[in-house]
This record gives sequence, structure tokens and C-alpha cells, in this order.
Amino acid sequence: MSAVTAGSTVGTAGGWSSRSRQGSPALRRCARGLMWVTLAVGGVVFLFPFVWMLLTSVKPEGQVITYPPTLLPRSLDLSPYRDVWSQIGLARLYLNTLVFAGAVTVLSVSFDSLAAYAFARLSFPGKELLFWIVLVTLMVPIAVLIVPLFFENYEFGWLNTYQGLIVPLAANGYGIFLLRQFFSTLPFELDDAARVDGAGDLFIYLRVIVRLSGPALAALGIFTFSFNWNNFLWPLIMTSTDSMRTLPAGLALFSGEHEVIYNMMCAGAFLSMLPLVVLFFFLQRYFVRGIALSGLK
Amino acid sequence: MAQTQALAIGTSRDGARRRGGSIRTRRAVTAYAFLAPAMSILFVFVIWPIIDVFWQSLHNTTFLPPASAYSGLTNFRGLFDDPQFWTDLRTTAIYTVVTVPLTMAAALAAALGLRRNNLASRMLRTVYFLPALSSLAVMGLIWGYLLTPNIGVLDYWLHGLGISQPDWLGTTTWALPSVIAVGVWVSLGYDMVIFVAGRQGIPEEYYEAARIDGATGWQQFRHVTLPLLAPTTMFVLVTSVIGAFQAFDQIYVMTTGGPLYSTETLVIYMYRYAFENFEIGYGCAVAVVLFVIVLAFTAVEVRMFRRSQTRVY
Repeated sequence: MSAVTAGSTVGTAGGWSSRSRQGSPALRRCARGLMWVTLAVGGVVFLFPFVWMLLTSVKPEGQVITYPPTLLPRSLDLSPYRDVWSQIGLARLYLNTLVFAGAVTVLSVSFDSLAAYAFARLSFPGKELLFWIVLVTLMVPIAVLIVPLFFENYEFGWLNTYQGLIVPLAANGYGIFLLRQFFSTLPFELDDAARVDGAGDLFIYLRVIVRLSGPALAALGIFTFSFNWNNFLWPLIMTSTDSMRTLPAGLALFSGEHEVIYNMMCAGAFLSMLPLVVLFFFLQRYFVRGIALSGLK
Repeated sequence: MAQTQALAIGTSRDGARRRGGSIRTRRAVTAYAFLAPAMSILFVFVIWPIIDVFWQSLHNTTFLPPASAYSGLTNFRGLFDDPQFWTDLRTTAIYTVVTVPLTMAAALAAALGLRRNNLASRMLRTVYFLPALSSLAVMGLIWGYLLTPNIGVLDYWLHGLGISQPDWLGTTTWALPSVIAVGVWVSLGYDMVIFVAGRQGIPEEYYEAARIDGATGWQQFRHVTLPLLAPTTMFVLVTSVIGAFQAFDQIYVMTTGGPLYSTETLVIYMYRYAFENFEIGYGCAVAVVLFVIVLAFTAVEVRMFRRSQTRVY
């Protein structure tokens, strides 16, 4: 099947000479080198604020603001970390953030993928309208929706509860749209073959579509998790007690309106980011793994 | 070819099939069952609040003092009469038009360059994705600090290199470009990861076939990668434009819209009225106008992709 589709793709492009025009090996090596240099220079620019953050977090207070400004600390001071840990009850914040971001991620990736399956693989009346409604949910800034949402959670008696934090975010138009785009590229012959064998939609969804969409599901999972791990406004407004607070709100204490305690803010930001960076580094293999259609036939 | 039709919104090859009524009903019931969990949450927790925002935009709702009465189109008239609104609309449009293409092109290049699973690619991908893993409020503060004259280390080094600039975020000429650069820095990682995932969804067999026919690297990119990546590209374009029109967090932290409103986007304008002056009704009117603009852009983008597909295939 894939050979047929591949053939037709190549056919439409057409006009390729049979003579190979790949360029000389030296030229290609040169282009590759240039690409890596560009990517590395870009990487340095991207990394720089984080290097500054890490180095500032181990500076004693007197060295944070100096003239001329310096990047490297003259002496090491780990007291910002100790102070952050003791002043804001970091363990509890980690736990709350993990429960909140973890539950939102599991629920919304599941519900979004179910809906995306219907949009990408099934036909039903009202499909176009419902899909536009999904897109519409992305078009109003959350800052202004948070006021009516606050009153809704109040009516439900969900303020300052885990369900009030989690349930309203348990589905996401962004996720439905993302997964729909990925699901719709998988060959429909797979569904047909499974249906001929007597498979129902739930089976096709779980065993064909979800199995072949590892990269997209992993990408959405990490987006949802890190977005909510860093979500400041939502948990701040929906919770009112210290025991329900999540990391971003707890760490905001160090970046007050008039004075920023930079070394402590940086220590807190580093501690908050670290689990996400480790998670991303190891999760990557799921979204770079190519799909192997041939294995399915 | 079948899958190419399904790339455009709302088209499905199933629709073309002739089926008996009862089977069609059963399939519709199945589809609604798949949709039910997500759509019911979206209706209760997003659509309903959106309706409330529309309703408020027709009222002169304020918090201090708490009041709300029907005011017709007064909010909208006030909005269109405010020159600041038009300036901010222009700023938002410039921000979007510069940030989105720049980010998308760089993200696609990074995704294709770093799609292997060796250590160098893994580390560079992580680095490019770091902004997406961090708190925008904190990173906005850090960028603001790095660019502060005399005390920011980046400003100091740029001075040393002979790039003298009195104040990156404090002058009306340079504040918007600086904010745009940080905007690209923020969203490049997201787009890169989506492009990597999209590229991995294209079966290797297509590239093998192209290579056998003697296609060069550029030809493979132009005739295999780009067309088969179209659904991914459409997603990135639509969500990036929406995101850029709603840009707020890092800009607000870096400049609060200044100096002299030169970096004030529409959402900052909205925020100023709704949460600093507590004129909720007026803030909602801004959100409604923003909604209409974004909806129009999305409709054009969707149409563009539909047309490009008929051309490519």
C-alpha cells in the first residue's frame, strides 16, 4: 500500500532527472558544517539567559548587581537555595504542581485524542460547525475568560479544590486541533483493513491511530504538562490557601512589584524548571521515533 | 491520495460514501460518543465564558463601584474613537507579521536539522525548547534585566562590541524590536517540536522512492516534505497567529507596554482597562474585537491551505 502511495507522490512532483544531482561530497560537508555552526550559535543565544539564571542563583547578594556587570560569580553561595527551600515550603508546592499538571495532562490528552479521532476519521452531521467551535475556544484570551470562570467555579463550590483546578482544563482546543491534524495524515486504508477484520472504532482508535501517533501525543503531553507546571494565573485565582498553592505562585513571592531578589528568584526558577528539563530530555525519543507503516500490514 | 482530501477542515472521504440511513445514524452516534467528554468540557468551561464575555461587552460593567447596566454599543464606540486602540492594533499587527514567519521558518529549519536522535541533536533540541519549559514571567524579568543599561551584562557586552544603544527597552525605536526578538525566542521551541513530530509522521518510504528517482535534497524538501507537512504547517500557522495576537506575558513583564505605549499590544490594552481600571465591560469589548480579527485571519488561513492543496496535488 505504502509503495503505491509513495509512487503517486513522486509522480506528481515529476521531472526529476535520473542523473543524480546531489552535489560534490566536499560541498555537502561544507553545507552540513555551516548548518551545525548556525544551530550551535542559535543554541548559545537560547541558552544564555538560563546560564545567567543558574550563575546568578549561586551569587551572594552583594555580587548580583555590580558595575561593570559580570557573568561569573566571584564566590559561590548556596544560601539562596537554602532560603528558597525553607521559606516557601517547596516540597508541598512540588506535590501540588505535580498533581495539578499531571492530572490535567492525562485527562486532556485522553479526551483531546478521542475528539480528534472523531474529527479526523469519522463522518457525522455538524462536523464542520463543531470543529470551528473548537477553533473558537482558542480565540479569546484566557485573561478575560478567567472572570466568568471564577464565578462558575464558585457556583459549583469548586473554588480552592483540586477538581476546580483540574476539570475546567481537562479538554483543550489546541490539543484537539493538533491531534486532528496528525490523525488525518495516517492512511485511511489502515481503518478499512481493520474494519474488514471486524474491528470497531474504539479498537481502531486505540490499536491503530493512537499507536501510530506517538510523536504527536508525546509532543502534546509535554506541552500540556509544562504549560500547566508554569501556569501562574489559573491556580493563583482558583485557590486561596497555602496548602493548595502551586510553584509559580509560590515563587512569585521573590519577584515583587517593586523589588526583585534576583538570586533567590533565579534559584527558585531553576529548581522549578529542573524536573521539566530532565523530563523533556528523556521524553524526546518518543517524538523523534518515526512511524513504521510497513510493520502494520 | 485519499488522505490529502482530509487535510482541509471538515472534508472527509467518508462523506462521499453512500451508506444506509441506519448505519449512518449509528456512525454519527459513535462519533458523538468520541466527542462527548472533550466537547462537554469545552462548552461548559470555554464556550459559556466566551458567551459571557460577549454579553458583558454590551454592558458598562465595572467592579469599583460594582455596577452593570445594558449600554448597547457604547463600549465599541468608545473603543473605535480611542486613537490608542488603533495604535495598539497596529503594534499587535506588526508584532504578529514579523514574529510568526520568522519563528516558523527558523523552527522548520531547526526541526529538519535536529531530527536525528544523536546526543548533539538531543541537547540542542532541549536548549531550543528551554523557553517553553520556563515561566514566561520569570524569563521576561531576566531578559529585561540583561538588557538594562549599565547593569545588564548583555547590554554591557554589546557596548564592548561597539553596538551602542542607550536603552534597548527604554526607547520607542528599539523596544518593539527587542520585544519581537524575545517573542521569537519564546515560541521557536514549540513550533520546532511540532515540526519534528510532523516530519516523523512522514514515512521514510517516500524519501527512498524520491532518492531512487534521483531527487536532490532540495527537491525532496520541496516535493515530499513540504506538501506532506501541510497539515502540520497549517496547525502551526493558525495557532501562532492566534498566539501572537494574544501576546501578553513576557511583554507585560519586560515593558508593561511602554515606553510611551510603543510595545502595548491589544491584550495589554484590554488588561489595562479590565484589571487596572476595573472597567470589565470595556475590556470585554476589546476581547470581542480581538476575537473577530483573529477569526477572520483563521478563516483566510484555512482557505489558503485548502486552495494550496488542490494546487500541489
